[in-house]
Amino acid sequence: MKKNLWTNIGFQVGALVLALLIATLILVAVGAPPFKTYASIISGAFGSTNNIEEVLITWSPLLLTTAGVLITFSAGLWNIGVEGQMTLGAIFTTWILRLLQGSSVPPALIIVLGILAGMIGGALWASLAGALKTFGGVNEIFGGLGLNFVSTALTIYLVFGPWKRPGVGSMSGTQPFDQALWLPTLPKTELSLWALGISVLVIAVVYILLRGTHIGLRLKAVGKNPKAAFLMGVPTWQYSMFAFLLCGAFAGLSGAIQVTSVYHRLLPNISNGYGFLGLLVAMLINYQAIWAAPIAFFFAALNIGSVQLQIIYKLDSSFAGVFQDLLVLLVLIGEGARQRFLRKG
Amino acid sequence: MNVELKNIHKTFGKVHANVGINLAIPAGTIQGLLGENGAGKSTLMKILSGFIRADQGEIILDGHPVVIHSPADAIRHGVGMLHQDPLDIPPLRVIDNFILGREGGLLPGQVEAGRDFKRLAEQFSFSLDPEAYVDSLTVGERQQLEILRLIWLGARVLIFDEPTTGISASQKEKLFAALRLLAEQGKTVLFVSHKLEDVEGLCHRVAVLRSGVLVGEAKPPYITRQLVEMMFGKAISVGERNPTGAGEVTLSLRNLTVEDYRLKIQAVSLELHGGEVIGLAGMEGSGQGLFLRAVSGLVRAVDGQIDLSGHDLTGRNYQAFKKRGVAFLPAARLEEGLIPGLTLTEHVILAEEPEGFFINWEKGRQLAQSRITDFNVKGTPASTVESLSGGNQQRALLALLRAPLNLLLLEHPTRGLDIESTIYIWSKLKERCQQGTSILFMSSDLEEILHYSDRVLVFFSGRVTPPLKAASLTTEKLGELIGGSGWTELASGKGA
Repeated sequence: MKKNLWTNIGFQVGALVLALLIATLILVAVGAPPFKTYASIISGAFGSTNNIEEVLITWSPLLLTTAGVLITFSAGLWNIGVEGQMTLGAIFTTWILRLLQGSSVPPALIIVLGILAGMIGGALWASLAGALKTFGGVNEIFGGLGLNFVSTALTIYLVFGPWKRPGVGSMSGTQPFDQALWLPTLPKTELSLWALGISVLVIAVVYILLRGTHIGLRLKAVGKNPKAAFLMGVPTWQYSMFAFLLCGAFAGLSGAIQVTSVYHRLLPNISNGYGFLGLLVAMLINYQAIWAAPIAFFFAALNIGSVQLQIIYKLDSSFAGVFQDLLVLLVLIGEGARQRFLRKG
Repeated sequence: MNVELKNIHKTFGKVHANVGINLAIPAGTIQGLLGENGAGKSTLMKILSGFIRADQGEIILDGHPVVIHSPADAIRHGVGMLHQDPLDIPPLRVIDNFILGREGGLLPGQVEAGRDFKRLAEQFSFSLDPEAYVDSLTVGERQQLEILRLIWLGARVLIFDEPTTGISASQKEKLFAALRLLAEQGKTVLFVSHKLEDVEGLCHRVAVLRSGVLVGEAKPPYITRQLVEMMFGKAISVGERNPTGAGEVTLSLRNLTVEDYRLKIQAVSLELHGGEVIGLAGMEGSGQGLFLRAVSGLVRAVDGQIDLSGHDLTGRNYQAFKKRGVAFLPAARLEEGLIPGLTLTEHVILAEEPEGFFINWEKGRQLAQSRITDFNVKGTPASTVESLSGGNQQRALLALLRAPLNLLLLEHPTRGLDIESTIYIWSKLKERCQQGTSILFMSSDLEEILHYSDRVLVFFSGRVTPPLKAASLTTEKLGELIGGSGWTELASGKGA
């Protein structure tokens, strides 16, 4: 058992080192000084309070999408549609906020209703992918992917159509809401402790749900062997559907928080890749919810830290993505190699 | 083509599947290969057709020793095999499947292939539409397609593995006519089967395998009794038997009719008493599995009535059956019974009715530990099920069953287990019977059936005998019924 633990750690560290090595080679190939680049990523993420705030602002939606996909992964589902579910959350929130803005409803209540609507929107969108899978036999990867495209198109239609700014619609989104409808933030920043608190709470709930409850155990049973779970008396399709709904609600919450605390409006591409990034985080942590917070934080830091690379080294900021992807791939390959190694050893 | 197998040996782990087999088959012969499940017939044929390599031995075709590396290699030497489950590609058209496997050329000669297909189909009087999709064909038609394909690829030795399973009587006649034609054309036909009737009616000669050994050969006229004895060995005394369960009727079936794409089980009526054990005998795929699944609510019966302790469960789903105390234990332990990746504790918790929202892990662990001790499972509460051996997985499955049960349905409860585990598992099952649980189980081990059942149902191609008293049966008699002989006597009331 102990020997296994050390081989595990060995393979993980090996994957990290290899990812760094390949990333370094890439940097050398494009003519950027590798070590200075890494240093500037670190300073870009943690160099100032402002930077740290930015990292935390990014951390929150990423944590929520990660929490969502941890649920669907546990149920053995590849919910590629998180992006779309997040987008629909943003759309539903925007819709309620637009509807109630300027009414006699107290602003705090409008925000709460807006966020709840976002969760419902995300869950509904996920239920489509779920229904396609359960009743139509459409693989959730294809269903989710298709619905992602539809959600993007829907946002663009709304931003340039019915919800366009007075005058002319633009890619910068809908008319921003009154400041009264913003989630309260720390003074002089965009960092909302509410958003942060909700995200941490959600990942904690998911951790407890998967570790300590009958629902979590049954979800895992359905994910690992639906036939046996069914014979043991677990209503399998209901649990798959439940996983979709819960994941959609969390993704929708993530979208709602983007609207209420970061952008204060709906804009195209509001999901900003957080859904896919959440999938990567979940894969990297091998679906162990306990690691979600630190790894999501690390990914958020990478994203924020590489924003300035463009200015300093004329490197595209997608370098963070390159590194994240490398890391996930190598950890997965490492996992495969480890299992072979253990089988032989 | 003359085929000669010399001293073929093959082992899988501890199992010696083929033990020094010598067999010579002249061209133009239909050679039968008879034996019960696991006798080594399929292994031998897979060696000849290149799917697996023999550990030792020689294959000689028309006097030349050959080494066959793969099925493609076998076809180059003129050896083709039809598997029990056709190895075609259902979403493709008949003609595409026909062309598949032909070597050379980036663009298959569609036109020429189409012409050949038509000519061959006519020759064997098969009516196959080359444009039809394979999913729409019956098992029999898929066989016909496969025969044509192998002949077109130049096969001169054709191996048929249990070809009469799952095809209709008229298709069987067509198949037999085709096989006779093949033999007349000088091709060598190997016919693998456990159905005595088919072998007796078709083959020019028969070789019988038992436990990997070629125990004997026979030529017509065949003596059924002799073949059965060769297949199953001498009858061994079955020892003490428990008295028939005389409790109240637990399960009552009236004219139960069940159907799947392969076969139909007609109008089975049965009354099962509390504590009684009924064994379902029959070769794999004769309908026992389907019957068990119908009685557990997993497959809905087309017709008839199922009563469980006075409650009508006809047409209800598995959950409803489960609530009434029915449990089903599948044969595929790791595929359907247990959940790889989860521990024994997690399994125990899943199998019990959940109490509250949160899991009481300590209680679960204790329960798992007590079950492990009780059922003598070699593992700990934290062991994942895939880390257990087959016997221990089976014990774990039994350990997961809830306490009061009305009816226990078992698929091959001791398949692949050593004798010690088998005896242990049956002692546990008999404990259940004493508590009033009735058991229906299927097995391909005739002695297990005779030893542990009070009554026996024999299945043959979807036909079912009335319940026969196990005490009045012998392995020979049972073997005959399984092979499809002796059913007429049974119907006229002279049987057991």
